[in-house]
Amino acid sequence: MSAHVTTFGIPNRKMAMWVFIGSECMFFGSLIATYLSYKGKSVAGPTPAEILNIPLTSVSTFVLLMSSLAMVLALDAVQRDQTGQAKLWIGGVIALGGLFLAGQVYEFSHFYHEGLTLQQNLFGSTFFVLTGFHGAHVTVGVIWMATLLLMAFRGRLGPERSLDVEVAGLYWHFVDVVWIVIFTVVYLIQ
Amino acid sequence: MNEVAEHQGGGHAARSTYWLVALILAIITLLEVAVFYVPFLRSAVVPMLLVLSATKFALVAMFFMHLRYDRPILTVILSTGLMVAAAIILALMLLFGALRLMTPA
Repeated sequence: MSAHVTTFGIPNRKMAMWVFIGSECMFFGSLIATYLSYKGKSVAGPTPAEILNIPLTSVSTFVLLMSSLAMVLALDAVQRDQTGQAKLWIGGVIALGGLFLAGQVYEFSHFYHEGLTLQQNLFGSTFFVLTGFHGAHVTVGVIWMATLLLMAFRGRLGPERSLDVEVAGLYWHFVDVVWIVIFTVVYLIQ
Repeated sequence: MNEVAEHQGGGHAARSTYWLVALILAIITLLEVAVFYVPFLRSAVVPMLLVLSATKFALVAMFFMHLRYDRPILTVILSTGLMVAAAIILALMLLFGALRLMTPA
């Protein structure tokens, strides 16, 4: 399958993904700005120091970082026409992404039972919107990876389709770097 | 080399490099958590965490997203998005009084 290229010599879809990522930086920048602007201005609890679980989130962060490793190894395997390894690594991305989401579901439900809701205070509103939108992005990524895995099992993920995997990988890595920022700004800098 | 591969823009790192980068990312994450819990680092915790976080961000972008090996225009696109995001964060924090550059005399 031939790819249409831009005047920069970059495939259109890859360029489009990078432009999308640039716009997503602004989207998440706005959410992080709102979180920081309202930080410490809640008039009722629970506060971040009372409720955030650093050990759990550290493990989630590690899981997401390793999913990025699996993603880049999946792309490498597709480019080398090693379909078996590609299936393994894409499956790894799905499993690790799912594990991250499970951790987020556990965290959200735990916070809800501790009294932190979207309406409880400014911390709750900004925290759930920021991390919730990130979780939604991870969910889209997992679904995208599942379609790639399905393609691989149908024998339709050879080196000629490596651009499909590369574009999906760019999205996945972006979701990872956004979490790197959120982990530091929301969880570690209290 | 087919047309797609020719136009993807530059080569990619070796698998061993990806594993090494992942190891460094894991170590930096451990350092971040350690910095958070060590009491005598409290005064320097924010700058240290920001530097560690920026390092992780750069490693993922350079090696996993292949910016190190790809066309410079892609780095320009990402940098522009990041600069606008930083400006939004700075502007909103100033607007909401979360960051004060000047204090009244």
